[in-house]
Amino acid sequence: MRPPGAALVALAGTAALALVPALAPAYYATLMVPFFAYAIALLGFNLLFGKAGLLSFGHAMFLGLGAYGAAVMAGVLHVHSFEAVLCATMLAAAIVAVPIGFVCVRYTGIFFGMLTLAFGMLFYSFLFKFYYVTGGDSGMRVPRMSILGLDFARYNKIEFLAGPFYYYCLALLVAAGVLMWRIVHSPFGLHLRTVGDNARKAEYLGVHVRRCRLVAFVVSAAFGAAGGAILGFRIGLADPELVYWTQSGQLVFMAVLGGFAHFLGPIIGALAYIVLQDQLQSLTPYWRFVLGAILAVVVIGFPTGLAGLADDLRRRFRRSGA
Amino acid sequence: MAAFANILVGGAFHAAVLFLAAAGLQLVFGVQKILNLACGSFYALGAYFGVTFITAAAGAGLSPWLILPGLIVAGLLLGVIGPPIERMLRSVYERDESFQLLLTFALVLMFQDVFRFIWGANPRSLDSGYLIYGTINAREFSVPVYNLLVIAAAIGTAAGLGAFLQRTNFGRILRATAENRAMAEALGVDVRRVYSAVFTLGAVLGTTAGALVVPTAAASLDMAIDFVIEAFAVVVIGGLGSMRGALAGALIVGLIRAYAIALYPEVEVLAIYIVVIAVLLVRPTGLFGRPLA
Repeated sequence: MRPPGAALVALAGTAALALVPALAPAYYATLMVPFFAYAIALLGFNLLFGKAGLLSFGHAMFLGLGAYGAAVMAGVLHVHSFEAVLCATMLAAAIVAVPIGFVCVRYTGIFFGMLTLAFGMLFYSFLFKFYYVTGGDSGMRVPRMSILGLDFARYNKIEFLAGPFYYYCLALLVAAGVLMWRIVHSPFGLHLRTVGDNARKAEYLGVHVRRCRLVAFVVSAAFGAAGGAILGFRIGLADPELVYWTQSGQLVFMAVLGGFAHFLGPIIGALAYIVLQDQLQSLTPYWRFVLGAILAVVVIGFPTGLAGLADDLRRRFRRSGA
Repeated sequence: MAAFANILVGGAFHAAVLFLAAAGLQLVFGVQKILNLACGSFYALGAYFGVTFITAAAGAGLSPWLILPGLIVAGLLLGVIGPPIERMLRSVYERDESFQLLLTFALVLMFQDVFRFIWGANPRSLDSGYLIYGTINAREFSVPVYNLLVIAAAIGTAAGLGAFLQRTNFGRILRATAENRAMAEALGVDVRRVYSAVFTLGAVLGTTAGALVVPTAAASLDMAIDFVIEAFAVVVIGGLGSMRGALAGALIVGLIRAYAIALYPEVEVLAIYIVVIAVLLVRPTGLFGRPLA
């Protein structure tokens, strides 16, 4: 996807999303809030996976850090401003990610995946077992916070989520997208892509391979925590299921479904996944089976994902038109 | 002292089951270079099918003494799922390992609902028929003979697998394929058949492990995804692709888990994963793994 194309798709998508609360029932607007959360987390995840070629199977850890961070900040420390909570959890996740990343980025491929999985499960078992600190499997409550200093006290929770908070998250996603676009197209982003393509050659050319990977890891952790904080706010609860390894698998699923080679791919994947899951859940109790089958078909037949499929169609269309 | 011995045998029982499943994982990784997340699903499948099979067999008049051989037969019968699943994985052998991992993750999701569809959401268990073999009691020390038999079966399997890989012709072909697939193919090895056989053997080890554990623990939906975590810890500690590693890793994980549950239950999983991270930091390829190229 050439840059103008991507910008056009992003613009049209943002406009369409801005119309959702006005046109669709409140249910769909609240359904989109987790989409924004996952999309922001996936922007970070894909910096690591799509650009640096590092598949993290423990990324749910950062979602969890965000959600539990929000629970601690708002519930225990009584910080009322969501912006403050967002900044603090992102910073905390970045700080935690430095030592973990330092250890993990020494490896690539399957070893990187397993090491991130191990750290993710370590965090999970801490959350799950140390119930006097973390509430165990019942989790920690995330109280309602103010956004931009406004309480919206007139609105009940659903109205708040479907109205002001919806637009707030949309704005956050746009901001995160623009920021990530700048990162990917900065000299650092180019370095990172070289590392992903051929690490040895990159090193030979004077790129600090490990440092690049570490920075990508830390940045992706901060994005993950932002997504997690939104998820926690939406559910009103931070629970350990958010950190289980299947949740990390779900993030990878979304990225591949949308097409991790494209900048917008993971966002498209998150949207498709959320809508698909919602529709399947209302149709059948066996929605996991259908999702698994879809994942298998995508992996075997369409490894470039939805974005790649759209690219193919466009190319074919253009060829037949010429 | 007796408590210590009880925990030791409990840990060894868990290690025996872990070893069987991890050996399957190692075999598949060693030859096909695929890390199978669905190994936990095979394990759960063995457990569920074991309950159904033994209940049906008991209804048909199977002597309760035959519960152990019956469970092994149940595990072996499930080998039929090996070839079709291997056929499905065949399309991603040449792809990046993230795709392979994801395809087995898709299997995990699908199996989860297959279990829910066939066996329902409630845990299924066998009546504690395994106590028919009696228990050994010595003062406070008490252990069901069934557990000892399973430990013996796992040791037997380990020896059998070792002999199979080292001494038989097919074992040599297998190791040659693991070493260099292209060269083995050039020398006339039917790699497709080898892969199919290896994957089936790996699956059978997993299903048998699940079947053997079911008299002592219920089969449940969470079993599959919880077990993967432990099996992964075993192979990472032991070293990917190494059989001796699977044995050492299973012992370490099984014993740590048993002692953690007895002494300080909060750190059950935590302790295992601290060991995993420590091993990966000091020896990234695991205790018995080969150095990275």
